[in-house]
Amino acid sequence: MNALGQSLLNFWRSSIGKKLIVAVTGIILVGFLLAHMAGNLLIFQGRESMNDYAYFLHHFLHGVGIWLFRIVLLGAFILHIVTTIALVRQNRGARSEKYACEATVKASLSSKIMIWSGLTVLGFVIFHIFHFTIRVDPDLAGMKDPGDPSRHDVYGMVIAGFQNPLVVLFYIIAVTLLCSHLRHGIASLFQTLGLRSEKTRVAIQYAGIAIAIILWLGFLSIPTLITFGAIEDNGEAGKHSSTTFVIDPPKC
Amino acid sequence: MASNGSLDSAIPEGELSEKWTKYKSKAKLINPANKRKYKIIVVGSGLAGGSAAATLSELGYQVKCFCYQDSPRRAHSIAAQGGINAAKNYQNDGDSVYRLFYDTIKGGDFRSREANVHRLAEVSVNIIDQCVAQGVPFAREYGGLLDNRSFGGAQVSRTFYARGQTGQQLLIGAYQALEKEIDKGGVEMFCRTEMLDLVVVDGHAKGIVVRDLKTGEITSHAADCVLLATGGYGNVFFLSTNAMGCNVMAAFRAHKRGAYMANPCYTQIHPTCIPVSGDYQSKLTLMSESLRNDGRIWVPKSAETAKKIREGQLTAADVAEEDRDYYLERKYPSFGNLAPRDISSRSAKEACDEGRGVAKTGLGVFLDFSDAIERLGEDTIRARYGNLFQMYEKITGDNPYKTPMMIYPAVHYTMGGLWVDYNLMSNVAGLHVLGEANFSDHGANRLGASALMQGLADGYFVIPATLPNYLAEVEPGSVTVDAPEFAEAEKAVRERIDKLLSIKGNKTVDSFHRELGLLMWDKCGMARNKEGLEEALRRLPEIRKDFWENVRIPGSGEGVNMELEKAGRVADFIDFAEVMLHDALDRGESCGGHFREEHQFTKDDEAVKSGYTNEGEAKRRDDEFCYVSAWEYKGPGEKPVLHKEELEFENVELAVRSYK
Amino acid sequence: MNLTLKVWRQAHADDTGSIETYPAENIPEEASFLEMLDIVNERIIEDGGDPIHFDHDCREGICGMCSLTINGVPHSKETGITTCQVHMRKFRDGDTIWVEPFRARAFPIVKDLITDRSAFDRIVAAGGYISVRTGAAPDANATPVPKIDADAAFDAAACIGCGACVAACKNASAMLFVGAKATHLNKLPQGEPEKDKRVLGMVRQMDAEGFGNCTNQYECEGVCPKEISADVIAKLNRDYAAAAGREAVE
Repeated sequence: MNALGQSLLNFWRSSIGKKLIVAVTGIILVGFLLAHMAGNLLIFQGRESMNDYAYFLHHFLHGVGIWLFRIVLLGAFILHIVTTIALVRQNRGARSEKYACEATVKASLSSKIMIWSGLTVLGFVIFHIFHFTIRVDPDLAGMKDPGDPSRHDVYGMVIAGFQNPLVVLFYIIAVTLLCSHLRHGIASLFQTLGLRSEKTRVAIQYAGIAIAIILWLGFLSIPTLITFGAIEDNGEAGKHSSTTFVIDPPKC
Repeated sequence: MASNGSLDSAIPEGELSEKWTKYKSKAKLINPANKRKYKIIVVGSGLAGGSAAATLSELGYQVKCFCYQDSPRRAHSIAAQGGINAAKNYQNDGDSVYRLFYDTIKGGDFRSREANVHRLAEVSVNIIDQCVAQGVPFAREYGGLLDNRSFGGAQVSRTFYARGQTGQQLLIGAYQALEKEIDKGGVEMFCRTEMLDLVVVDGHAKGIVVRDLKTGEITSHAADCVLLATGGYGNVFFLSTNAMGCNVMAAFRAHKRGAYMANPCYTQIHPTCIPVSGDYQSKLTLMSESLRNDGRIWVPKSAETAKKIREGQLTAADVAEEDRDYYLERKYPSFGNLAPRDISSRSAKEACDEGRGVAKTGLGVFLDFSDAIERLGEDTIRARYGNLFQMYEKITGDNPYKTPMMIYPAVHYTMGGLWVDYNLMSNVAGLHVLGEANFSDHGANRLGASALMQGLADGYFVIPATLPNYLAEVEPGSVTVDAPEFAEAEKAVRERIDKLLSIKGNKTVDSFHRELGLLMWDKCGMARNKEGLEEALRRLPEIRKDFWENVRIPGSGEGVNMELEKAGRVADFIDFAEVMLHDALDRGESCGGHFREEHQFTKDDEAVKSGYTNEGEAKRRDDEFCYVSAWEYKGPGEKPVLHKEELEFENVELAVRSYK
Repeated sequence: MNLTLKVWRQAHADDTGSIETYPAENIPEEASFLEMLDIVNERIIEDGGDPIHFDHDCREGICGMCSLTINGVPHSKETGITTCQVHMRKFRDGDTIWVEPFRARAFPIVKDLITDRSAFDRIVAAGGYISVRTGAAPDANATPVPKIDADAAFDAAACIGCGACVAACKNASAMLFVGAKATHLNKLPQGEPEKDKRVLGMVRQMDAEGFGNCTNQYECEGVCPKEISADVIAKLNRDYAAAAGREAVE
């Protein structure tokens, strides 16, 4: 192996190297979540905004964009999980004997359940992809935008998808655990990237909590409001609201 | 060569200030290819041992280093708080090598060798350079340069410090250098390994017998010379500021093998320790002497007020300014609270003996920061002494920002130790002794911030230069562990362990240690007299007999057995105490850490009448006792034989030590 | 005061070990925790038993030898102190106290509460120093060091190498220890030339010794008797990333 390869292998093998990978992939995933939430919130603007946005996502860069995006995201996601599992295995091995009397002095609950919140989110993500991305349910897959039947009706699909209380429950649990994961994870990535110091310590801590809360409110507002009937699919074509989605869908 | 009676101190000829330079330029050298053929054993890994092992390895020797702790970083040098002296004169306050030399000689009450002390002062400047280069985080000023403070017994600011953890930082520096050499293969480190005997072959120290404290295995190690850097014997008093494991075993084993024990009666009682609170107590905690820079020491003027404080009816704050006796400021106006350790300690004892002590036990005086806090603000005081105040509060439960600390003297450092010449070699050829374990530099009393200086001077700079003088004369590897002397020593070690284990008596090792300590503190502590010393000499054989008949050591010699370890150490403390008592009895004068009640200034003395010194101060008798006592071991229970090394002072005038 | 002790006893490294119960009666409140154990041990010896073995030496909180996990927390739940500085006045009469060794795979138990922490020495040997031959140093004031850096270096250098950080970490991570040493030396201009080598060497050794990695719970910081901040871990991470990057391309 050449010297560069050896250095990279050393990096991968080292605990800090793996931690850095977790942190960097974590940034990508947090960035995705923020964008995803922002997109989702378009549902409050109505059918057209939502469906315009979905259409754009699927067609920018002539449809290649979304695949590039998905590949990066999937890569980060897999690397995040694989690396974390490697670290957890190493950590469990490092402390083989447990204390008869266990106690902690400052570890947060979120930090203690990282692997469980993470694995739950993994399960949820798989479900979520089958549910809304691949759309294994033919009823959801077949929905058409009443204003433009050539395109998929994401707006209607989301409302329909959240009609099942079990789905909503799972969604709430998973997003809550995700936000717990982020409450510890976001602050942690600053530490792992070496950006935490006496001056930044408090800001980083609150930034982690704030982002987690924003995501929690943002994501959960949708199924909650749908469940309580605040958002309904009345079958009408969407109307452009005052703040129209800024990028016009390509005409083709 | 200057002649010093029957013992040759090997002091180089020439002007005092040129001796070391000339010595180095003429000293024997060993070429690099040959250095690696020499094996050197270093026992102890503190400032002296650790720095010596690292430096000798850097030079190319093969070093084996031994310590009883689980890591060389734990040696008790780590506990030194205050600082390290060096004649850098960075403060431009008139310091110089000569002044540090003179202060050390005077502080030692004119009972140390001029040449050794001058060398120490010369080398002090190199130590600071070395430590800074190693990354020792000394305190700095805003301009980025090193800060200094003043310390007991000095009128210049020459003490370098790293908050209250100077010893720790210096030791970590030496430890890191040692680990670097371990990694390179120059030093083989043996932790949790205790030296149980010295092996002397044809009059030369050629190895040691050790016990692996984890497995109990007894093994021999041969080398071309042996360096002992095993610290002092303060734990002969049971209660001291030393670590629990500090012991005299290595030095005493060497003593039994022929090395002379010098000036064992010189023990330093540190004035600023936390008072004893009960008989369960296992050790005493030192508060750095640097506290005396800003703290004022006092007791009430009247014994009645003191009694009320002891009984909790009054607090320090209730005592009006005019009813307080700031006794150090009163008796020693020019040094005040910074008077040398022996003087401060004895003054505290006097105050308490007069019934003016303020701790519950009656043995304690106030160290008061209220004036300093008023003058400088609490933040400044916190920056200077924060960790010490915190430590005090943890132990006593009192907050020293609000109420004055209570302090009392405790055994802290031992100036005596194995006799060595200018080369740091004992009278046993090849056996070199470094740091607190030797007697050489502090005379009868050590100045504050000088122990770290001496340990590092010996290890970093002196021994690397003087050792070749001996090594050049010997064939490397001439003795191996196959020599019959090793088998004989191993056998003796095994028999001793078996004997200790077979007693199966009914008293714990600690109970004997406590008994010995109380006797020594009582009869050979801060003040001694002929009657008491003789009584102690009568009682010691009884303690020894009782020990060897009734000590109870559970378990076996295999694996970890801490009671067995302690038993070996206490057995040697008992034997060592006897030498110490003989020395204290022989020295019919008061000097430094040795105060004989029979020899103190009275109101009839000229020096008292003239106001030069006070009644009750230590009275040296230079005409009769200006010598180093070097004791030769003569067998168990036998009186050791005294050899004298006369001390010659060519550069300083012997004066009555006055800190008025 | 009267207490009940639940103490980990293990005859030797290969023994399975178990928790044993001992009464600790008539303990003076002013006694330190280790003095309490001394008293219990004297009674055990007088009764013909094998005393509880534990590491201790200076008993003033600086040597780093004492290493007990008291009620699940290394050096007890009181902050900023070592085991030897724990005093019995902090407990209540009748309390049950759990006393266990510092647990980590990299700290194998030697006997009872004594562990082998030599892994720390090997980490230091792998780079935790500044290479300077004795006698080769320039004048101490030749290189001014900004006070802020000197103080930060000192804060990190306060580490006593006790291993409480490892014992408290659910992953038995040594990152606080390694971070403290790296920060101490990397913060100073004297430590600059060997910075990369130091960080890479120490981290490699830390991993090889079987310590886990940091999951940023900061338990280490919470139990550190010298209250070293987990910021040193951030700095170690940063220095490591930079060093690994430079190693890869230079």
